[in-house]
Parts: sequence; structure tokens; C-alpha cells
Amino acid sequence: MNRKRQVLLLKLATWVLGLGPLSWLVWLTLTRQLGVDGVDTLLHKMGDFALIILLTGLAITPLRRLTGWNVLIRIQRLVGLFGFFYLTLHFLTYLVLDQTLDWEFILEDLTKRPYAVVGFAAWLLLIPLAVTSTRGWVRRLGKRWQKLHRLVYVAVALGLLHFYWQVKADTLWPLVAATVYVVLLTLRVLPRTASNRLQGEQ
Amino acid sequence: MLIRKPNDIPSSEITPESVYVDRRRFIADATKLTVAGAAGGVLLGQGRDLFAQEGQVQQVDWSQMRSELGEELNSYEQATTYNNYYEFGTGKGDPVRRAQDFEPRPWSIAVEGACANPGTFDLEDFIRPSTMEDRIYRLRCVEAWSMVIPWRGFPLKDVIDRAAPTGNAKFVEFTTLYDPDRMPGQRRNVLRWPYVEGLRLDEATHPLTILATGLYGRDLPNQNGAPLRLIIPWKYGFKGIKGIVKMRFTERIPRNSWAIATPHEYGFYANVNPEVDHPRWSQAREDRLSAASFGFIPRRNWIPTRMFNGYGDQVAHMYDGMDLRTNF
Repeated sequence: MNRKRQVLLLKLATWVLGLGPLSWLVWLTLTRQLGVDGVDTLLHKMGDFALIILLTGLAITPLRRLTGWNVLIRIQRLVGLFGFFYLTLHFLTYLVLDQTLDWEFILEDLTKRPYAVVGFAAWLLLIPLAVTSTRGWVRRLGKRWQKLHRLVYVAVALGLLHFYWQVKADTLWPLVAATVYVVLLTLRVLPRTASNRLQGEQ
Repeated sequence: MLIRKPNDIPSSEITPESVYVDRRRFIADATKLTVAGAAGGVLLGQGRDLFAQEGQVQQVDWSQMRSELGEELNSYEQATTYNNYYEFGTGKGDPVRRAQDFEPRPWSIAVEGACANPGTFDLEDFIRPSTMEDRIYRLRCVEAWSMVIPWRGFPLKDVIDRAAPTGNAKFVEFTTLYDPDRMPGQRRNVLRWPYVEGLRLDEATHPLTILATGLYGRDLPNQNGAPLRLIIPWKYGFKGIKGIVKMRFTERIPRNSWAIATPHEYGFYANVNPEVDHPRWSQAREDRLSAASFGFIPRRNWIPTRMFNGYGDQVAHMYDGMDLRTNF
């Protein structure tokens, strides 16, 4: 299969997988299968998807190094943007369905409650990353682009903290996600020589 | 608090067509209704006597009933499918799904500690001396949601009086069944098992405090804490321990499970208090669950939270001089 077709299929798969969760949530809503805690279900699932997709994005570079499938870089932006998309949906669900746009309570949450503060900060951090994700910006920022986009690790870390602080007693999944994150971060940071070679190809 | 006497209540409210009630007998029970009404909530009379007539199935249109503040009741379905009962899982829908096979009989309750009449009692013997009452109470969860539910039960005071606590007894401690085979949620230590709760003795003997064996005129389903659970309507719901197997009179303050798990978030007294926020959310308002909560696009129904969950005129005196911010 030639490279062009590879990329096309990869992008198609990413679009399908990216819109899949949203379609599923819409379907659950339409068929009244959200369960008894509808708002919480939507909120949590959107948060879960955002985290999974962002972690997938962080896995791309380690995967490229391990497998040599450099074509994966062609979907990295798309994956990142989908992560931001679900995170924004998560935030909007919180604002509209959960808080019913009661700005007094929202302001209190976002400024006084640690779990909400870090969650909000994570989303804010991703905004400049989403905006500068285009090729135009890559050119404009040059070397600084790479440095700026390392902030995604900070954003995801804040998101993990938000997740961990938000649960009442069951810390299993936050800890699993944190473990995955640490592994990916380690893989990213470690093999320096391989990293230099690959970056030459970009 | 509104004590409703029979002539206050329009007959359309009390006797909708689906209700088989002897009207004359209801009015004759007026004394019982008023006296029982002094304890709190709206009482529908003594459950067993009023509704259980020979051979007749009791049917009450609960949707017509109101709390003493005029609030609508939640439906039986809402109250029995939206539950926090970590012994069967941490999701709200877990208990109804995973408690179906739980067998709440035979069941025995141990009474221990600083009392004159300790012992172990079969459930039927334990509740037989008491008269069941139906009480419409607000249930306010610490998570800031609430429902209005008609519990069926009897005053905890009945049991305490029979046990005869000694002068050393300052508190009552309750314990839930520990059996991971029958309670799958206990296979993981999300909380330290078994679940423990407690009350100060005056709180335990307060007329509003009941042991519930049913709701909506029916036996407690497993997911609501069958066969016996505690209801203290002016406190957060987690104080309402379910599946009780032991009561112990103690001198020292009990260490309740949520206070052990997260001491800076959950305390012993846990009085509903809009002025003292939970560290992670406001307690000034609550999501009063309604059909819209479970509707097509689920919606919150935020209403202001009342001090002591609206039972302040009957319970506030027990906390005179106490700093409710430190004793949360």
C-alpha cells in the first residue's frame, strides 16, 4: 500500500474512532440509556474519553519509536484536537447541564475548589495548543512550537489530578490512568539518540 | 411543621379512587394521626392498622401525597433505582442490579455494650413490639442531591428503651453485615468494611429517628438496605446505615466509616447545613431529583438546602452551643 493511501486510511480511522464516542453518547441519550444519573454519566464519560484520547496522543511518539511507523505522526494533530474537543464538551456539559449556567456557583467552583481549579486550568492550557496546531503556526513558531506543545504533558497531569480529586472513594481508574501517563512520559523522555534520529526526518 | 388533621386534608388527596380505605375508620384514628404527627413528617396513620385490612391489598396513590412542606414525593422507581450502597458497587445503578439475589432472611440483630438487656434477636422478634408508621421524609445526600420518600418503620427509641442503656452509654454504634460473598462490593476496600455509623444517644432517641423496614407501603428492597436500615432525616444520608446487624451502646464516640475514609470531608454529626460547605462542593443547594433528572435530556433541579434539612424546629435544640463548623 502506498504512503498516500496509508495516510488516508489512517485519517479515516481516526475520524471514525474520534466521532465514535460522541455518536455513542448521543445514541445513549436518544434511547434513554444514560441510566439513573444522566448528567453525571455524560460528564464522566466525556471526561473519560478526553483523557483516553489525550493519552493516545501522548502514545504516538513512543509508538513511532518502537515500531518505526512514522506515518502515525500524520494523525497526531487530529488525535490531539479530538481530545480537546471532548474536553470542551465535558466542560460545556458541566456548565450547562450540571451547573445550569449558574455563574455564581460556577465561579466559586472554578476559583475555590481544587479539583475544579486544576480541571479548568487543564482546559485553558489546551486552548493555545489547539489554536497553534496548524501547519501555519508550526512554521511561524519554528523551534518554539515544540517547546509550547510540551505543555500537553502539564495539561494531562492536571487532568489526572482533577480525576483523582473528583472521585469519592474509588481511586482505581485515576491511578490506572496515572500509571499509563507515567509510562508514556518515561518513554518520551528516555531514548535520546533514537529521538534525535527521528526528529531529523521531520 | 404542619400537623395535618383529617379535616384539613381534602378527601381527594387522601382517598383517590385507587385507595381502599375505610373513611370512617380513618377519621376515628384522628388522635393517633395527630399524636404521631407531633414526631415529624406527614403521617398517614399507623401503617399496619390503617391500610392492612383483611384480604385487601393496600394501594395508595403516593403521587398525591405531599411532605409537611408541600413537596411532591419521588416515585418508588426513583427511590429504588438510584442508590448509594457501596456494598453492592459504587455506581448509583449498581445496587439495584447487583443486589437482586441478596437474601435478607434469616436476619438477626445483636444488641451489645453498655445496656441492661443485650442479646441477639431474630428480625421478626426485634420489630414485633413496635407499631409501623409511614413517614414522609426528605433524604438529603451529602453529595447534594435529595429525594422525598415515604419510609415505613418505627422509632429507634422503641429498641433503645427495651435495651435500657446504662449511665455509661453516651452513643449508639451501628454495624452493617460483612459478607463479601453476598455483597460483591465488599470484595474491594473502597471503604473499610463493615460499614459503621453512630449517633449520640439523644439523637438516637429523638422521635424523628426511625428504623425503616419498608418504603411506599412495601418491604425494603435489597438496594435500599433490606431488611433494616436507619433514617435520620436531619442528617446527610450516609448516616442512614443499611443492612444493620449490630447495635452497640458506647461511652466513646463511634468512628463512622466515611469519617475514617476521608476525615476532612465527612464527620460524625453530619447535620444538613447549608452554611458549611463540603471541601469539594457547596452544601447551600441540592439537586431535588425529579422526573426531569431521569428524563430525555437529564436536568438538574437546584433548590436551596434548608438548615437541618427543614427539621430545625425539632432538632436544633440538641446542638445549642455546639460549633457546627468544627463538628461537621
